[in-house]
Amino acid sequence: MSDPKTATAAAESARGRKRLADNPGRLGWLLLAPTLLYVFGLVALPLGLSLLYSVTNVTVSRLDYSFRGLDHFRAIFQNPAFWVALKNTFIYAIGAQVIVIIMGNVLALALMKNFRGKWFVRLLILFPFVAPVSLGALGWMWIFDPTYSVLNYMARAVHILGPMERFYWLGPELGRFSITLVNVWRTLPLATIILVAGLGSIPQDIHDAALMDGANFWRRHFQVTLPMITPILMVATLFGLVFSFTDMVVIFILTKGGPFNTTHNLASLAYFTGVEAGDLGEGAAISLFLLPLLVVIAILMLRVARRSEVI
Amino acid sequence: MERRAMHLKYRLRGWAASGGQFGIVAAFTAFLAFPFYWMVITTFKQTGDLMDKNANPLIFHDWPTLEQLRYLFQGTEFGLWLWNTAWVGGLVVTITVLLAVPAGYSLARLIGPTGGSLGIGIFLTYLVPPTILFIPFSRIIADLGLQNSLWSLVLVYPSFTVPFCTWLMMGFFKSIPADLEEAAMLDGYDRLQAFLRVVVPISMSGILTSVIFAFALVIQEFLYAVTFVSTATRMTVSVGVPTYAIRGDVYYWGSLMAGCIIASVPIAIVYNIFVDRFVAGFTVGAIK
Repeated sequence: MSDPKTATAAAESARGRKRLADNPGRLGWLLLAPTLLYVFGLVALPLGLSLLYSVTNVTVSRLDYSFRGLDHFRAIFQNPAFWVALKNTFIYAIGAQVIVIIMGNVLALALMKNFRGKWFVRLLILFPFVAPVSLGALGWMWIFDPTYSVLNYMARAVHILGPMERFYWLGPELGRFSITLVNVWRTLPLATIILVAGLGSIPQDIHDAALMDGANFWRRHFQVTLPMITPILMVATLFGLVFSFTDMVVIFILTKGGPFNTTHNLASLAYFTGVEAGDLGEGAAISLFLLPLLVVIAILMLRVARRSEVI
Repeated sequence: MERRAMHLKYRLRGWAASGGQFGIVAAFTAFLAFPFYWMVITTFKQTGDLMDKNANPLIFHDWPTLEQLRYLFQGTEFGLWLWNTAWVGGLVVTITVLLAVPAGYSLARLIGPTGGSLGIGIFLTYLVPPTILFIPFSRIIADLGLQNSLWSLVLVYPSFTVPFCTWLMMGFFKSIPADLEEAAMLDGYDRLQAFLRVVVPISMSGILTSVIFAFALVIQEFLYAVTFVSTATRMTVSVGVPTYAIRGDVYYWGSLMAGCIIASVPIAIVYNIFVDRFVAGFTVGAIK
């Protein structure tokens, strides 16, 4: 510190740091920059690359960015598996979410009252959402096992099935039903917990006022409670839709898209085309069909957020 | 007499209501929790008991056994998968906290009204699913020479943990009164010092929430892990169990289910404690 030059430089840099640290805007952008860079580099950049791949020749082994125009898309449209997958994407997601909304409402209402052991019940209810999807799906695979299925045992016990008969839960007829069932199982907990939070946020006065006015349970539920929790119901549904539209894990574990490509959705078809078969371009093109769906969901979500005046 | 009848009527109605409530909760819990009951009972059954097609599979017929657990730890790489998951999780959580905590503070306090919309923009990237990004990533990872390495996961996982945790932290910092920092700055701290020495210490519960959710997201992730890593010893638990605990045509269901239970129970319990804050983050503040 005896060197006057170093001392001035140190004072200078301290002053510089002071200025920076006291200017909230500049400090703010400095604190934010790493996150913005990371998110840009690891979300926006790959998204752009995905668009690029979908119109070029690139494969796992060959980096050939020569322009192919809309060839991939033409090939996809001629592939019957794509149309099945597109249809399944909607069946799995919308089918599951309709059931989840209804069941979630019923369960959330039942959970509103306090009872002993609620903590444990909530833990059990949350389990499907919290456990890794691949492991939960593996549990279902064992439940659906063609030889040892516990569901078939139960069906035989109540004489839905004869002693030697069995359901092929993951076969061509029931495969889609089973996958939808697992989607319901997986997304119901989140919807329920969100709805419980929504119901809990309604002030008691409102219930009391409706009760005073002589409204019965159904009127109170459909004309008072439900309108008040609509925004939150929307949020729960939109997240459920995102999860089930884009999920490939359940299909990967349970059926790998089989038998005969009947159970693929867009996400799993993109995986098997892009990674297992190595055609990055066509895989990317398939996965991009999810993008319009997600844009619509994002817009809806913003509208909900804005209407409930939180932004 | 009449009053007593009225009283009885209300009482009966009350019982019917709580009976109905009990029935609904019981039925739904049975549906949601059944796979886990099934995993637990499978874990402790002897193989002969599992393969007996005529016996009621919902209960034990032979003595419970620890054989399946023993096979899981000695016959598969399960211990290594747990360790790999913890290793990736630890690094990803560190990166996430270092990025998301300052970013959340900046969005909540420092950059003014832009912060709100930018925060929503960052949150929305959480909606861009791995399903769209994994194909370009597989190429990028290969170009970086990271294929079949856990470092690929360390690099990629923050792309979904950071947006979510930034959003959580932004909400958390907004709930802290601004007077605290202003008082600290009157005492001679600058902004940065006020943030590091006053705001961060009182935000430990918010940071802990971010840590837990980032870690949970890492444990659950499957698509990137199955795309980038192919060697059994380098897998994380969510990929290792479904891929390598299955040998040929013989399904080691007992040890498979044991792996599922061991990997899910701890995180479920911790999650349950923090779930309310998680919901608050998820609902974009649609609850006031």
